[in-house]
Parts: sequence; C-alpha cells; structure tokens
Amino acid sequence: MTETAWTPDQPIISIRDVHKSFGALEVLKGVTFDVMKGEVICIIGPSGSGKSTLIRCINALNDIQAGSITVEGLEVHAPKLDKLALRKKVGMVFQQYNLFPHKTALENVMMAPLKVLKEPKADVEARARALIRKVRLDGKEDSYPGELSGGQQQRVAIARSLAMRPDVMLFDEVTAALDPETVKEVLVTIKELAAEGMTCILVTHEMGFAREIADHIYFTDRGVIVEHGPPKTFFTEARDPRTREFLSQIL
Amino acid sequence: MRPARPIPGVTAPRQGDLPVLLPFRASAPDRADGLRFSRWLADLPAAVPVVLGALAAAWPAVAYAQGGYGMTQALEALWRWLPFLVTSGFALNILISFFTMVIGTAAGVILGLWQISVHKPVRNTAWFVTQLFRNSPWLVLLFIVMLAFPFEIRIGDQVIPVPDWMKAVIGLSLPIMANISEIVRGAVQSVPSGQWEAAESLAFSRAQTLWQIILPQCFKRMIPPWMNWYAILTMATPLVSLLGVEEIVTLSRQAMEAENNMPELLVPFYGFCLIIFFAYCYPIARLTMRLERKFAVKQ
Repeated sequence: MTETAWTPDQPIISIRDVHKSFGALEVLKGVTFDVMKGEVICIIGPSGSGKSTLIRCINALNDIQAGSITVEGLEVHAPKLDKLALRKKVGMVFQQYNLFPHKTALENVMMAPLKVLKEPKADVEARARALIRKVRLDGKEDSYPGELSGGQQQRVAIARSLAMRPDVMLFDEVTAALDPETVKEVLVTIKELAAEGMTCILVTHEMGFAREIADHIYFTDRGVIVEHGPPKTFFTEARDPRTREFLSQIL
Repeated sequence: MRPARPIPGVTAPRQGDLPVLLPFRASAPDRADGLRFSRWLADLPAAVPVVLGALAAAWPAVAYAQGGYGMTQALEALWRWLPFLVTSGFALNILISFFTMVIGTAAGVILGLWQISVHKPVRNTAWFVTQLFRNSPWLVLLFIVMLAFPFEIRIGDQVIPVPDWMKAVIGLSLPIMANISEIVRGAVQSVPSGQWEAAESLAFSRAQTLWQIILPQCFKRMIPPWMNWYAILTMATPLVSLLGVEEIVTLSRQAMEAENNMPELLVPFYGFCLIIFFAYCYPIARLTMRLERKFAVKQ
C-alpha cells in the first residue's frame, strides 16, 4: 500500500527526515517539513545547500536514501511508486525551461495531456490556448522555443506544467537564467498562480519576491533547514548566525 | 553544483568513473563530429576531376610516347568501353551502396537503440557488437560473409540463389550498421539531459520520451553523419571486386584484358574509375556539409 487516504486538512506534502547523497557526498542531512494545501513555500539558501535537490526529490527526479516524502498521501519513494499518479499531482518548472525545441509553444503545452493522459484533442487544445493566454503569450502559440525570449519560454514551461492540472507546482530557480528585464513577467505569472490557491514550492534567489508571496520561508544550509518562519519575522528576526550572514550578503 | 542525474542507459555506463581518472580516449575528438571524410572531400576544389582527367589522358602520351600504341589508341579503347563500364559496372556499385545503406541503416538504428537500453546485458551486447564491426577490417568481414554464406537458400522446394553482389551487400552492411549504431547513440546522448527530466516530470514514460521527444530532435543531427557514411561506403564498394563481383573495377580489368593488356591502358581506365567515384561522391559531401551548417545554426 503506497497511498493512504488523504484529506485536505492534512499536509499536501509531508517531508520526514529526508537524507540524500550523491555517492559519498551527503546533500540532504535530515530535512523535515510540511506543506498545507494552497501554501506558498520559498526555499532559500546558499548554492550547494541542497535546495534544488530537495524539490527534485519531491517529484522523484532524485531518489532518497532515508526518510519519506508523501504527496497527497502518496509515498513518493516507495519501490512500486505509480509515477504517473505522482506526476499528475506535481508539476515542475526548471531553471533552463527545457521546452521541447522541435514543437511550437502550443504543441509543448498540449503534448503531455494528449500523449500521456490520452485526452481528446479538442479539449486539450482549448485548455492549452487558455493557458497560453493566462501566461500572457497570446499570439505566440505557433512560435518555436528558439524564437521566444527566456522569459517567454519560461512562461510556456509554466503553462506546459499547468496543462497536466497539477495540485502542486515546484519551481526550481526559474528566474536564475533569465535576463533581469524578463524576470518580472515570470514572477507575475507565478504570483497570479499563487493567488489562485495553487500550492507552490519555490527555490529562489529573489528575496524581495519571496518576502512578497511566501507564506513560509525555509533557509537551508549544508543539507539541513537552519531556520524557517513567515516572511514578516524571517527577514527581520533571524536568530541563527548562518541565516543572518546569508541575509546580510543578499539584502 | 549539483551532480548531474544519470538517465538510465544513456549516461549510466559512466557512473562511478572518477573524472580525473577517465582513460585516455584517442578517438574522442573524432566522435564529436564524425564528418572528417565529407569535410575533406567537400573542401576539394571542383576542378579536381578535370585535373585528374587531364592527367589520366596525358599519361600514355608522357610515359609511352615512344611505342606504337599511344594516347589516342588508349583513349579510343576507353571511349569504346565507357558506356559498358558505367551502365554495367558503376551502376552495380551504386546498387550495392544503396542496398547496403538500407540494410545497414535499419540494423544500425536497432543496434543503436539497444546501446541505450535500460537493460544492462542488452546495452553491453549491443556495445560489443558495435565495437566489433566498427573496428574490423571491411575486407575481412567481406571475405567471411562471402565464404560463410550459402550461394543459394532452400525454403522447401524453392531454391533462391544468392548472387555474389547480394553477399557483398551483407558483408558491407556490417560495418555500416555498427557506424550507424554509433551515430544513433551519439545523437541521443547529445540531447541535453534537461529534456529527459522535463519529459519525466510531465509523466512521459521512457519509451514515450525517447520516441516522441528525444529521437525527433536527433533526426536532423543524424542526417549529415549518415550521408558521410554513405559517401565512405560508396568509395569502398570496389573492395568487392576482390571477391569477383562484376562492378566497375572488375569490369575495367576485364576490358583491359580484352584490349590485350596494353600498359598504356592502366592509367586512363583506373583514372576514369577515380573520376566517376569523385563525381558521384563530391556533390554528396558538399550537400552533407551544407546540411551540417544549416542544422548547426538551428540548434
């Protein structure tokens, strides 16, 4: 039994004492936290602190050595994980967009519902067009990724993820590779998504943005969560010297 | 820096290697491109066949001017035989290269996909077969197939004769298969791993990812090296003359015998062979390099 009954009053994501190593290098050394439905979580911390690895573990792109992660009661690292069920629940957006370069923006958005979920084409297309409008890319439906700016590609990538109707969205440093002038358009899209009640976990270096949209901020360093709290207190009342040092360098 | 996540079959064989202790690979720079032959050929000026032709034609005049049999007679002999050499000889070379390419490509694509299989025994076997046929002398492979293959196949009462040129096709298909296999493997591995991860996060299965996302991106990249191998193969088809297949070099030899083996004939006849191969492969090489440049810009 890998799936236990889940009700919305329980954490949608539950991470318990997760350990993850790459060979001899231990990247996560016992991470524990819960995410409630509709919450927006930002994970911040210096590079190499394991933030990206952590969210990649949530949708099983990375395996873990010990601990457990459940998404809506589904045990993510169970040996007989139903990967399709997990990936329908969890959408992910990457730093490098990773759009499929041989497909147009519209086709990128349509592909997974069409080929994986085998939904009817008319429905999928209507939904995809609506999503492209939602990320404010009307008129770019037939453009190839190579013809779009980084910010536009990243918004297509968000729409592509949303087309699977996930319950949780993971954002892995999605603005880190963008030109400064296009960062904002992507952040606006994420903000709208959060306002609609989507559960979001973001790994980010945009402190102003984290402060603005996060319900809760986690600070990781060397594979552990050093400190966490709501943004109001987190940025002003950090207690741990490591957090303070990081914040003083960044803010 | 996050260590790259291996994609089973595609990057897995390297797992565990320490970066500093990787064995020296003499062939590594070659693999990135694999178009050395076409690049060299395409870079030749188009005047080369004209110069070659002039040299071949002038040879009897220069070398044997003192004899009774001179340039005029040698060229007349070539002219008499030329239609036969082209329609019976060179046409068979093209036919062999065509069938070899069809069989070699079909088998090579399958072998190449096995090379990136998630199942280690399949992957290792495919790798071994690829390396075996890629690094064996073509002529040895040809001799083995020629001598080991029956000259006729019996199915019930039906007797299907296997002509020599058909056996040559099978022999030449082996190294072509192995090289196409490497092209397929290399092209799949050249796709950034982010593509696999994005597909995986969208719930695509491995097979769906490979066929719908990775291979369509590889297709264009595979065309130039594939054409490169076609040109190399076509140039190699005269090898089968050593096995008695009546292609252009065999027929040229027979034609010279019919002309009393005059030594003045050697250079015009073989020179003509060189020119016709060049004339056939040169445009292919030029096109290969043009496609290579075109696809390189797009990527």
